[in-house]
Amino acid sequence: MDLADRVLAGDQRAIARAISLVENEPDAAAGLLRHMAGRIGHARVIGVTGAPGVGKSTLVDRLAAEYRRMGRTVGILAIDPTSPISGGAILGDRVRMQRHVFDEGVYVRSMATHGRLGGLSHATSDAVLILDAAGRDVVLIETAGVGQAEVDIARTADASIVVTIPDAGDGVQAMKAGIMEIGDVFVVNKLDRPGAERAAAEIEEMLSLREYGEGTWRPPVLKTRAATGEGVAAVVEAVERFAGQPAETRERRRTRARTRLTDLLRQQFVERLEHSEETRKLLDEAVERMAAGEIDPYAAVAEIMERTS
Amino acid sequence: MARPIRVVIAKPGLDGHDRGAKVIARALRDAGMEVIYTGLRQTPEQIVEVALQEDADVIGLSILSGAHNHICPRLVSLLREKGLGDVLVVVGGIIPDADVPQLEALGISGVFQPGTPMQAISRFIESRVQRGASAAT
Ligand SMILES: Nc1nc2c(ncn2[C@@H]2O[C@H](COP(=O)(O)OP(=O)(O)OP(=O)(O)O)[C@@H](O)[C@H]2O)c(=O)[nH]1
Ligand SMILES: [Mg+2]
Repeated sequence: MDLADRVLAGDQRAIARAISLVENEPDAAAGLLRHMAGRIGHARVIGVTGAPGVGKSTLVDRLAAEYRRMGRTVGILAIDPTSPISGGAILGDRVRMQRHVFDEGVYVRSMATHGRLGGLSHATSDAVLILDAAGRDVVLIETAGVGQAEVDIARTADASIVVTIPDAGDGVQAMKAGIMEIGDVFVVNKLDRPGAERAAAEIEEMLSLREYGEGTWRPPVLKTRAATGEGVAAVVEAVERFAGQPAETRERRRTRARTRLTDLLRQQFVERLEHSEETRKLLDEAVERMAAGEIDPYAAVAEIMERTS
Repeated sequence: MARPIRVVIAKPGLDGHDRGAKVIARALRDAGMEVIYTGLRQTPEQIVEVALQEDADVIGLSILSGAHNHICPRLVSLLREKGLGDVLVVVGGIIPDADVPQLEALGISGVFQPGTPMQAISRFIESRVQRGASAAT
């Protein structure tokens, strides 16, 4: 059997290889993903985002256990930052997920953020397609809520969980940088620590500033103790309720598809220009003239578009 | 772009601290590798399963307890069983010189005693990992 068939059959080793391909070899990955057509769209994709150390991995581990209890298979993509200096990374999320290691129904893959062809969001969204095609019912993606790519991944998931803890710096203030807007479900983890009530109240207060029309989703704020599993079933229940709204899911998937499609088009358009001798010359000339201040970027692009269409 | 070398670092055995494993994890990261850190008290079965799921090129074991004579043969035979015979295994820790030939006979030629410069370990891995080999089916 070739790799694509083995992925479709759900073979863990094949899934592992396939994810390496989408990370590193776009041409081979394109051929592989072509075989996945018609087998994609079944998985529930859930993003788990939050500041370092809030308990994302511990929560993901418990969410996986809860979904397993419900009889669903799970794929986990645990993303950690690449060191900008060496290009290497320490991927440590698995430490909290060891209980599932012998469960064929849970596949865990650690991924690094940078140094990927096409960037983190490409590699991650292609890895989601692989897990989906391999028949995983649920795909959990753990990202630190820092870079734009991480936020984008969470934003385009079928449901996005934003995790915080009591006294996370200035609480809600510290989370403002884009991630408060993307939560469909908010979790205050480490409820065993003092201040969990207050943290939850702060998030509620912020959410109450938004307008909610008839039938629009108001994100619930839940408290968990991921270390023991307390409160985790309610998180799954909320996620399922959110993702169970067909219109919402359709919209998320449309956004996900559009983001991926336009990114890829953009990338391939530029690659095509750089590929041919003739158009590369056009680019080089435009670069020279821009650098010399003779032409502005908009005029340069307009010229290139005109001469290549 | 070259695929970064992926290394699973594990600390098998029952003794309870993983300072050595963390030092090597950081050193390999600083050498540009992707290090999957798995924590304490890993059994050979767990380590092999992780290497499989992570599509690892290398397994690095940090062993202090003298358990290498038990763990290494088991690990190597499990790797073969799972079709992961091409994964490079390196071992760091207190390994008596007399045991080194036995490890080498298992195919474990990277045995590093305490005090080995970290660079020697990362160079060894770089020289031994067949790049791209693991991306092909
Ligand atoms: N007190 C308490 N500690 C917890 C709880 N959940 C997780 N922790 C601890 O918080 C620490 C960080 O947990 P992780 O799950 O690794 O957090 P993370 O957000 O994945 O961390 P990064 O991936 O490094 O950003 C660990 O020591 C956990 O044991 C909880 O409910 N209560
Ligand atoms: Mg984590």
